[in-house]
Amino acid sequence: MEISVTVNGVKHTAEVEGRTLLVHFVREQLGMTGTNIGCDTSSCGACSVHLDGEAVKSCTILAVQADGTEITTIEGMAGADGTLHPMQQAFMENHGLQCGYCTPGMVMAATSLLKENPNPTEEDVRLGLEGNLCRCTGYHNIVQSVLAAAKA
Amino acid sequence: MIPAAFDYARASSAEEAIALIGQYGDEAKFLAGGHSLLPLMKLRLAQPTVLVDIGRVPDLSYIREEGDQIAIGALTRHMDVETSPLLHQHVPLLAHAAGHVGDPQVRHRGTIGGSIAHADPASDLPATTLALGATYVAKGPNGTREIAAADFYHGFLTSALEADEMLVEIRVPKMNGAGWSFQKFNRRAQDWAIVGVAAWRRNGDAGVALVNMGSVPILATDVASAASSRIGSAIRRVTNWLDTSLAAAQADPQPDLNASADYRVHLAKVLTRRALEAASA
Repeated sequence: MEISVTVNGVKHTAEVEGRTLLVHFVREQLGMTGTNIGCDTSSCGACSVHLDGEAVKSCTILAVQADGTEITTIEGMAGADGTLHPMQQAFMENHGLQCGYCTPGMVMAATSLLKENPNPTEEDVRLGLEGNLCRCTGYHNIVQSVLAAAKA
Repeated sequence: MIPAAFDYARASSAEEAIALIGQYGDEAKFLAGGHSLLPLMKLRLAQPTVLVDIGRVPDLSYIREEGDQIAIGALTRHMDVETSPLLHQHVPLLAHAAGHVGDPQVRHRGTIGGSIAHADPASDLPATTLALGATYVAKGPNGTREIAAADFYHGFLTSALEADEMLVEIRVPKMNGAGWSFQKFNRRAQDWAIVGVAAWRRNGDAGVALVNMGSVPILATDVASAASSRIGSAIRRVTNWLDTSLAAAQADPQPDLNASADYRVHLAKVLTRRALEAASA
């Protein structure tokens, strides 16, 4: 069926199968490969994107379910001039990434978290990121990054 | 992983959704948030031939006060249950338990009605609403009917809902200041409970239900009479119930990678004690 989805401010109209997952639509049909597929079982959070402003796991949403919505992916976070989003800047300054595979999902989940709770405690951040796994186990600096972004 | 192919139909009203399900028959499934169904479909553990998407049906996402109950629309998302001021005031146990479902991303999509209709004994909200004495409202081609939570769960992922019925509302009695506790034991933050206990206690009344202790959520049936007694006596009554009545209550804890059946029984006793103590503090 035909869907229309606004991704990072640009409206895309495309034909998709009912079973096409949102993450495959974004990566393969739109060619935006910043959103990673990790576990593919809605556990790891690597595929997190914003759907109408809230973090969701795009491996567990059908593209047809996103019809008419606004999606933001990691490609949509930096400014048009390349200025990093404050969360990206905080991850860079606080060494919030090691291999980097979980980072797009971490950034999307963390910005959604700050929207709901602008002044989180460290425990709030750890709980708020429970849906995102870092297999480098770099959680300490990820949490520091989010706390720094909250103050930025 | 990509689900097997299916036909997709989007319903714009509950009536249309029920008509579509009736038209397509047993192989069709309702799709709400999709966070129980889509993972099963990706693993090919479920292969419906038609999905009827009810995610956009208006007027089924609400939390409102109705006399001595709180009525919750079936499409209300876990995040909205978790953060509802009305539920925090009147049914804090349910708001708290909703915050234990999955993780924030899951709670942004998953719905209370989807979780209950899925009838997974390892899920948090079926047992919690069972402990609270909730009533579920189902809508079918011939109108609506109310189903007590205690009569709803028939077996693993099987409920009293007919194939052409849709869960539309969950009605939960106000807790009127009762003490409560939700105990969830797991090894990783976002996991299902290895065992969980939802409990509340108020002078003369109590409710306890167990998560993941069998093919259905388990209601401890004789705790109400223990509730008016002192806490030590109440705990003994429930522990005795666990010893003598678990089997009769359809409890059949299964061994898996996380826990043996015996360990689950042990956990159920420990967590029940903790829950009743916390609910009585």
